[in-house]
Amino acid sequence: MKNNVELSKQIKLSCRNLWKVYGDNSDDFFSNNSYSQEDPSILSKKITEHGHIVANADVSFDVHIGEIFVIMGLSGSGKSTIVRCLSRLIEPTVGKILLDEENLLGKSEKELIEIRRHKMGMVFQNFGLLPHLNVIENIAFPLKLQGLKEKERLEKAVRVIELVGLNGRENNFPMELSGGQQQRVGIARSLAVEPDVWFLDEPFSALDPLIRKQMQDEFLRIQSLQKKSVVFITHDFQEALRIADRMAIMRDGQIVQIGKPVDLILNPKDNYIRDFTKDVPWESVLKASDIIDKSQKILQKAEEVPFDMPVAKMLPLLSKKSVGVVVVDQAGKKLGMANAQSFVTALATAEN
Amino acid sequence: MKNSIFEKNTLTWIGIIFITLILLIFQDKWVWASKYPRELIVPFSDWINFSMEKFIEQFGWFFLNISWLLSWPIIGAQWLLHSLPWIVVIFLVCFIAILSSGVRLALFTLSATFYMVLIGYWEESMNTLALVIISVPMAVFIGFGLGVWGFFSKRAEKVIMPILDIFQTVPTFAYLLPILLLFGFGTVVGLIASILYSFPPMVRNTILGLKRVPDHIIESAIMSGANTKQLFWQAMLPSCKKQILLGINQSTMAALSMVIIAAIIGGTADIGWEVLYYIRKAEVGQSLVVGLVIALMAIIIDRITSGFALNSDKAVKGPKYLKNMRLNYYGFAILVSILLFIVASFFQVLADWPYNLSIWVSSYINNFFETFVKTFRTEIKLLKTYTLFFIMLPTKIGFQQAVSPFTWGFQLEMGHKIFYFMSFILGALWFLKNKKNEIFIFLLLLMIFLYFGLTNMPWLSLLLIYSFFAWRVGGYKLALGTFFGLGFIVVVGMWPEAMISIYLCGIAVVFCFIVGTSLGIWAAHNSVVSSIIRPINDTLQTIPLFVILIPFVMLFKIGDFTGLLAIIIYAIVPSIRYAENGIRNLPSEVIDASTMMGSTKMQLLFLVKIPLALPVIMLGLNQTIMYGIAMLVIAALIGTNGLEQIVFIGLTDGNMGKGFIAGISMAIIAMIVDRITKTISEKRSEALGLSIK
Ligand SMILES: Nc1ncnc2c1ncn2[C@@H]1O[C@H](COP(=O)(O)OP(=O)(O)O)[C@@H](O)[C@H]1O
Ligand SMILES: [Mg+2]
Repeated sequence: MKNNVELSKQIKLSCRNLWKVYGDNSDDFFSNNSYSQEDPSILSKKITEHGHIVANADVSFDVHIGEIFVIMGLSGSGKSTIVRCLSRLIEPTVGKILLDEENLLGKSEKELIEIRRHKMGMVFQNFGLLPHLNVIENIAFPLKLQGLKEKERLEKAVRVIELVGLNGRENNFPMELSGGQQQRVGIARSLAVEPDVWFLDEPFSALDPLIRKQMQDEFLRIQSLQKKSVVFITHDFQEALRIADRMAIMRDGQIVQIGKPVDLILNPKDNYIRDFTKDVPWESVLKASDIIDKSQKILQKAEEVPFDMPVAKMLPLLSKKSVGVVVVDQAGKKLGMANAQSFVTALATAEN
Repeated sequence: MKNSIFEKNTLTWIGIIFITLILLIFQDKWVWASKYPRELIVPFSDWINFSMEKFIEQFGWFFLNISWLLSWPIIGAQWLLHSLPWIVVIFLVCFIAILSSGVRLALFTLSATFYMVLIGYWEESMNTLALVIISVPMAVFIGFGLGVWGFFSKRAEKVIMPILDIFQTVPTFAYLLPILLLFGFGTVVGLIASILYSFPPMVRNTILGLKRVPDHIIESAIMSGANTKQLFWQAMLPSCKKQILLGINQSTMAALSMVIIAAIIGGTADIGWEVLYYIRKAEVGQSLVVGLVIALMAIIIDRITSGFALNSDKAVKGPKYLKNMRLNYYGFAILVSILLFIVASFFQVLADWPYNLSIWVSSYINNFFETFVKTFRTEIKLLKTYTLFFIMLPTKIGFQQAVSPFTWGFQLEMGHKIFYFMSFILGALWFLKNKKNEIFIFLLLLMIFLYFGLTNMPWLSLLLIYSFFAWRVGGYKLALGTFFGLGFIVVVGMWPEAMISIYLCGIAVVFCFIVGTSLGIWAAHNSVVSSIIRPINDTLQTIPLFVILIPFVMLFKIGDFTGLLAIIIYAIVPSIRYAENGIRNLPSEVIDASTMMGSTKMQLLFLVKIPLALPVIMLGLNQTIMYGIAMLVIAALIGTNGLEQIVFIGLTDGNMGKGFIAGISMAIIAMIVDRITKTISEKRSEALGLSIK
């Protein structure tokens, strides 16, 4: 269901050497340019020793058009701060943010409001619904702020209500809805303005595990229709794996590793990342394309499997066919051979 | 070392006690140390009178013009309320009651307002209502504006908050003094006083409400593309609607109580004036009949405004039967009003209730109370004299003077004295041995206080005791504030009166705290008790202070004792409330855990619940003191002798300077006590790692 990232490498949003330090006069540390020569961990430690809080330290990443970029990390690692810097709900201390190759930090308050009205949508962990408005009014709220006529507002709102499956709930007030339904309202509202960039800050963390799973599927379905450029924050590694095209793992305000979920699992950079990946059910995470044995020649008559088939489903096949199977991509092109041996090899590399 | 007598604080205390004893022994020699010398009194009040005079000479015309201007809306509102037939006004008020909280309140409103008609006090009630109707919107407007400003500007908040503190601690009567001088007699004084008295709660609630708007709502509105204005008006304000409405409720109640109090300067022909008139004429029956109007009015106004606040989150859903009517029920109300208006023009009785149809119940009430007083004459007398001889006098002038053959039936002999001091000292030493230094000191101080009496204590040592206590509680800032605040009272020559105020209020507070807290704890464990006490508390908190005095005056005539009872009955409410809430809202895991450890009910109460609820109970003490002071001010009406009486006299004989200084002195005492009790409560809750509320 996920987008094929390979389709587009065009960058939508990018963040370069971003720092956010809480505390009075904390920008003194960045007043001359020599800070960029220092190792971020060392500089970060130094700033902390002065009694400031380093929420983000030297964070850089790109979000491609149409991809789901997940930022994962334990609570307090600076995820919310990052996404709030990207939307300029808070001002970064130093660094660069480019949206459509334009400097977002240089925008005036007025320009920002325009950008938020047309290019950005955001979903919050605690929903952020207005208690005095009913569902449809909440969803139409951003449109109202733009000064749209009531009829036009409602038309657009009804369209997103259908998208998130809240039909029949239009006249309820937030208090009367369950958490899952409230977040659907939050999602609908963030999509009402048809944004390009979609920020979601732990959107499902306040929900029960079962509902959370449903909402993840719901989210993936909506995204497959809408193809936004998504920055999705979560502290739940499993959620990140389910959703991410690419992901970044944060610790103490720094990004430890960026990559596709599988890269992270197969090549964890350090023990911190390995701790996350330890309990991952491999066979459902690894895809056919992840266990290709590059050294083996492609056998034309071997059975074909699609590249994104979970290994769990391939296992019966692999046990029967000792020669292995051919992995093909969407276009039917043969990518390589996979067999039981290559699966074990992949697992072995992953678990070390 | 820490808990021995040589510990620094204990030594300081002993030093202070030593100084006190020396001053008491040599009080005839060093009179200046026990009674502040007259010639050293700084004539602040004369200065105030003088500069006020000059000021009025210069700018008086300006204020008189404002007064003239402000009298118009009052006249307008009064004209409107008088020219409408009572039946129309009653209908409209009941209609608003339905909108606010439903049929039950409307029925109550109907009977209450009809009572006003029935006893022939409709006109006066409408005069009072007119003042409230005019002053509340102004107070709300000012309060909201200041609140928003204070919310957006830290610096503004820093200026506004202390001013609010002062506005809310200056005794109500003292408000009237400068206003009276500037604006002359008349209804406008009541209006201005009630605006000044009622805007602070609006400011506080506005700031509080805006501060409590959750971050995620603000952020989501910004991300929805709201500009600053939209963010404020469309997201933040609606989210704190409830708090703002609560602010309006509190402002309205404050305005009403001030309008009633302002009646004291007369010339208003409103309901407060009528009550006062009958209290002064000692026609208690009639004053109760009229006082009930005030009480009912307060209850109606309170329930209606708080109904709007409490139902504000439900109101969006709306009661079904109203929702269906929503489109046209305002039209319906107007239509019915017009119909009633027309009907009333045919049937005069619906517009002006005839005098001869009015019901006179006061004679029955008088009779009832007279019979009651006659029947229980001895009991009432015993209660009065016992309280006077055994509690009030000893506190005021000490056992030294209070014990006499006339009061206690014997003379204080050497043996008695030795027994008194030895038992206190032995008790104190026992606590010292058990390393309870604070109780040791407390007992020694109590021994001296009770023997010599509060009013006989040298001002110098009291100043030392209070300041050092403040220092122990809250550090040097609090100590300096206490020292200079009380020092001011000494220097302006108000100390003796201040001590009398403290004595009366102090007895009431101690009683309220002990009995009220016990009641509260009982109510926390017993839902029947709770459900009996709650409506009584609600009513006591709602009705204006004046009215509370009336029944006590009936039973016990005027005087200190009656004042004491009135203070007790009013100030006990917060002690009960906070104790009950404090105990009820304890974390249940702690209770469960202690129960599982096998504690008995009593152990649970005294070892777990009370210590944990102590911060909240201390807040109750704080509020009890503030309520006590508020009632004390009103008790001046029935002839108490403290600062409050000087304020009151200032009002009636026009010595504004003196009355105002006395008012400031009361405010100073209130603020010091407030800070000290709050600091104790905060420290306790910090130590327990609890957050109050
Ligand atoms: N307004 C603030 N003032 C000071 N410190 C803050 C503020 N907001 C966040 N922080 C700190 O920044 C760090 C990162 O916070 P946050 O970005 O909210 O983490 P996450 O979303 O990953 O849980 C935390 O240590 C937090 O305490
Ligand atoms: Mg967060």
